[in-house]
Amino acid sequence: MSLRVEAGQIFGIVGYSGAGKSTLLRTVNALERPTGGRVRVGDVEISALAGRELHRARQRIGMIFQQFNLLRSRTVYKNIAYPLKLAGLGEAQILDRVEELLAFVGLSDKALSYPSQLSGGQKQRVGIARALANRPDVLISDESTSALDPQTTGEVLDLLRRANREYGTTILLVTHEMDVIREICDRVAVMQDGRVVEHGDVFDVFAHPQHPTTRRFVSSVLHHLPSDETLRRIRARHPGRLVQLDHAPDESSDPLVSRVARDHGVGLEVVYGGVGELQSRRFGSLTIEVSGAEPAVEAAIVDLVASGRAAEVTHA
Amino acid sequence: MRETDFGAFLPRLGDALLETLLMVTGAFLFAGIIGLLLGLLLYASRPGNLLENRVVFAVLNVVINVVRPVPFIIIAIAIIPFTRLLVGTSIGAGAAIVPLTLAAAVAVARIAESNLVAVDPGAVEAGFAMGAGPARVLFTIVVPEALGPLVLGFTYIVVALVDASAVAGVIGAGGLGDLAIRYGYQRFDTLVVVVIVVILIVLVQAAQLLGDRIARAVMH
Repeated sequence: MSLRVEAGQIFGIVGYSGAGKSTLLRTVNALERPTGGRVRVGDVEISALAGRELHRARQRIGMIFQQFNLLRSRTVYKNIAYPLKLAGLGEAQILDRVEELLAFVGLSDKALSYPSQLSGGQKQRVGIARALANRPDVLISDESTSALDPQTTGEVLDLLRRANREYGTTILLVTHEMDVIREICDRVAVMQDGRVVEHGDVFDVFAHPQHPTTRRFVSSVLHHLPSDETLRRIRARHPGRLVQLDHAPDESSDPLVSRVARDHGVGLEVVYGGVGELQSRRFGSLTIEVSGAEPAVEAAIVDLVASGRAAEVTHA
Repeated sequence: MRETDFGAFLPRLGDALLETLLMVTGAFLFAGIIGLLLGLLLYASRPGNLLENRVVFAVLNVVINVVRPVPFIIIAIAIIPFTRLLVGTSIGAGAAIVPLTLAAAVAVARIAESNLVAVDPGAVEAGFAMGAGPARVLFTIVVPEALGPLVLGFTYIVVALVDASAVAGVIGAGGLGDLAIRYGYQRFDTLVVVVIVVILIVLVQAAQLLGDRIARAVMH
């Protein structure tokens, strides 16, 4: 597989468990070694490093975890100070930086608490502060919200978005929650069985999912497209050929549909439709059954597809 | 049953207590250090762990498993030549520290190993992800994270050493065990045995209380 994450992006990798997304993520800081190929972060070929060079490179890559992985024997302050000590900072510099980070994650009053005294969301905020301590170029996140409730997930995602905007940190995150992708990602890759089956701009992938796995993920959070199960039920009752048409939700009627019906003398019936919203943009889709005599149906579909806004439904 | 001869017994009691304390603290110090190092080596060399080394792990494993099941009294007798070589004599509390250390060190090694293995692998992984090397992860993450259970494990060893030091009395180590046998058991003087048993119980309780306190202080 080949995947490129541009600096400054929030890039999401989504997939079911066992798809290999965590393994892929962990090659970024060489916690896992690729059996073949190379992993580069900036100018550094991480997959070729070992020993001290690798340790130094890892200090430039922050990581947060599903189970937070804080050190229970240390206070919040000392947890955040740990990577700063590794980087060789003096006590005074460490004090300044930790205070700054605690303020950034909103936990200034918890400096002397131990992780066991914190809620899950607070623990993850400590995890984020720790990961950002050495001002990393890249932050990698392994299911960092999967152990949190929706409210807390929102707070953690806000924090990641702020880290991205205020510090320009590139974020590469792995999740099985499509909501997380929708909330903060610019680009997304969908993984299955160790491969990337689809990737691109989040808006495009959500609006026009191509791969069945992607469609299932998208239909878990947006309902503008019928799921494969729904489509099977539709086909049982509508034997004609189906077309999916992009639909601008703010327009009340669609001149394309009435024109094609008129020109080709075919029946066009809406069998499914919906509107989704993403990154403050609304988009809609209509699933239409085309019925009539075969040559006319074929011509109508060719005409619809030629508009650039429609595609015949060939799956399910 | 005879009248207890406190005039002869009491002065010996003070000496015996000191001898026991010497054996226990001496053996505890040496066994603590040696055993902890062995435990760290076992943990680190364990297949899949941070300094994986099958040969070191296998050799340590066998050596410890050879020593562990041998009853302490047999160890104490069997290594008499080694004890003489080391301290010049096999008699007395000082000499008893040698077999006590050997027996306790292998026990400490296993206790340390099992407590280190129980440390959350996520904490270890976080250490590596932050750019710490294996030795750094071992000493600044694994050991501190395991400290509470380690302290409790060491407390158990202190108590076991009080027990073993009494057995060591049989082979001329002196101490409370020796006193109980010679002045109590062999002279049918139940009161002496009771007094010594009470002192041993107090020692064990004190050690356990202290251990619990320290463990609570280092666990969060």
